[in-house]
Amino acid sequence: MSDPTPPTTGDEPAVERTLADPADEVTEINPDVDIAPEDIGVPVVSEGERLLEVDEVTLRFGGVVALNEVSFHINKGEILGLIGPNGAGKTTCFNVMTGVYQPTSGGVRYLGKPLGKRKKFQITKLGIARTFQNIRLFANMTALENVLVGVDAHHSTGVVSAMFRLPKHRREEAQGYARAIELLTFMGLDGKADELARNLPYGDQRRLEIARALATSPQLLCLDEPAAGFNPAEKAKLMELIRTIRDQGYTVLLIEHDMKLVMGVTDRIVVLEFGRKIAEGSPAEIRDNPAVIAAYLGVDEEDAS
Amino acid sequence: MSTTTSAPAAPKKSSPGFRERVDNLPKAVKIALWVVFAFFLFLLPLLNIPFITTEGSDFGGVLFTVATYVLVALGLNIVVGYAGLLDLGYVGFYAIGAYTIGVLTSEHAHMSWVVVVPIAIVVAMISGIILGAPTLRVRGDYLAIVTLGFGEIVRLTLVNSEWLGGAQGISDIPKPPGLELFEVPSIDWSSGAPVVDLGTTSTFLKFGINDFVPYYWLALGIIGLVLVFDILVKSSRVGRAWEATREDEDAAELMGVPTFRFKLLAFALGAAIGGLSGALFATKAGFISPDSFQLLLSILFLAAVVVGGAGNRWGVIVGAIVVAYFPERFREFADFRVLVFGLALMLLAIFRPQGLLPPRRTVRAKRADDRQAVLEEGEAHV
Repeated sequence: MSDPTPPTTGDEPAVERTLADPADEVTEINPDVDIAPEDIGVPVVSEGERLLEVDEVTLRFGGVVALNEVSFHINKGEILGLIGPNGAGKTTCFNVMTGVYQPTSGGVRYLGKPLGKRKKFQITKLGIARTFQNIRLFANMTALENVLVGVDAHHSTGVVSAMFRLPKHRREEAQGYARAIELLTFMGLDGKADELARNLPYGDQRRLEIARALATSPQLLCLDEPAAGFNPAEKAKLMELIRTIRDQGYTVLLIEHDMKLVMGVTDRIVVLEFGRKIAEGSPAEIRDNPAVIAAYLGVDEEDAS
Repeated sequence: MSTTTSAPAAPKKSSPGFRERVDNLPKAVKIALWVVFAFFLFLLPLLNIPFITTEGSDFGGVLFTVATYVLVALGLNIVVGYAGLLDLGYVGFYAIGAYTIGVLTSEHAHMSWVVVVPIAIVVAMISGIILGAPTLRVRGDYLAIVTLGFGEIVRLTLVNSEWLGGAQGISDIPKPPGLELFEVPSIDWSSGAPVVDLGTTSTFLKFGINDFVPYYWLALGIIGLVLVFDILVKSSRVGRAWEATREDEDAAELMGVPTFRFKLLAFALGAAIGGLSGALFATKAGFISPDSFQLLLSILFLAAVVVGGAGNRWGVIVGAIVVAYFPERFREFADFRVLVFGLALMLLAIFRPQGLLPPRRTVRAKRADDRQAVLEEGEAHV
């Protein structure tokens, strides 16, 4: 932010990219690229099994009850929507699942085992990755480096291997670069690998966050309002992208405000209000659920949309 | 990779034209340029170049001091520049390195210098871990205050511990074993033109008490090694983890970076390099006392890093040269030097807040691009 110099276009082979008109913001993704999670020791469960269970989680901040005995589960291979009005506790729920907060009572089970007091980076290694509602990229690192940090989650190169350029370092670097380029290509960011994250257009930053999360080879990908600030065309692209990600073997948990997006893309939906779960079911059931309509969509649902 | 040291530290917009031209030189030419430059640095104290050479004080000694600052700046850059941890007590590690030398070669034992230097590095590193393990859980300002206290604790311990020589310090620190391979003549400019002066020579590597040039050579060699280490480690998973932690600690942790471990690593490596620099200082000075390790030194070390451009190894080298060399060169204005220094820092903060040579992200980006090109062609790299 303190650096007023614009991105150096002199180094860039393709200048026209930076001059693209806003319509081009909707980057084509490359669903042909195979980004299926590789075998790196992350336990794999079969389709339909319960990947993650949130079990009567209560979280209090002093007198405020942020989550009140919330229970739901995520099946392997599905897209689960987590919706609710502002302040309902959706992001807090994410934070409990990823180890940012310890629940006051209750717990989260991943693949049948409680997460317990595991640290954030340990939970990431187990296979839960997330994006952030307000973009939190490593702003002064390039797009490629951002993704590499994610890939590094399963690497173990230390000072000694790096200093002597031991085979482990070289193997991990080569594998990491290949994987990072693959992910950037998949997200339609392949031409922007060398751009600093902070210089990327907003939409690219959102996509880069997803690429970085995918780089940690997660079983469960948690997207916190990935479509915030997108126009309808971009949202349509994003829906397509989320489906593609699921089809490649990932399980997706999606927080989203845009009802059209949530209804169109999810398999099941969990609705929170004031820290409580008020409904759970298929998009059609949620759409017709009077409690949800009253609490979340407002009474005049037809007018609102 | 090869351009920055020779580039002037002018606070202008750097011209990409020049940089690109140097970057595009054939590899052999680049290596040749590096060798010439290194050769020049080694000969610098003997060239006696007018204007650059300090009049009042021995130039070899001044260059040695500059070299210790450069070394310290490189170490502190790992902590402050790469990992983003504000350390105000760095002089503590410098003192620990120096006192390890003093205690083990003079005060309580008479071990060989060659053995003691690695011990000094390890002791400094361990002290870094001991300081870091409890304190790296606090962030930002709090860490700065804790480290500030650490620097003072080390100094006060030295003052009050008789075992460590108390306020008198430790003297008679022996010289390192020399080699005496060959003599290097110096250049005499007194006639107005450079003339080789075979009468005034420095012996490679004889660590005497009058000629400080061999100490400078030693320090220069060590700087070279530390630079290679720095480059190799920075361009690996470790360097990326440090930068990610600096950019956003929580996000880094959620992307699988064990941030605490990497912060501690940065602290330990920084401390080790600081200790090494202190060890060199003690070796050359032959005498150390708590007065040599004032708080002001911590501030100067940090100033070197910030002035040069935290996060850029070439930048902090320039910063260290600015902080250590100019006060010596302009000794006649010594009375005003703190004033000038303060003024310069203010101007820098206004016009160049990122430092003289801020990190060259674009170069890194370009290197990433080259790697990508290699990958896409399916060739093995490195």
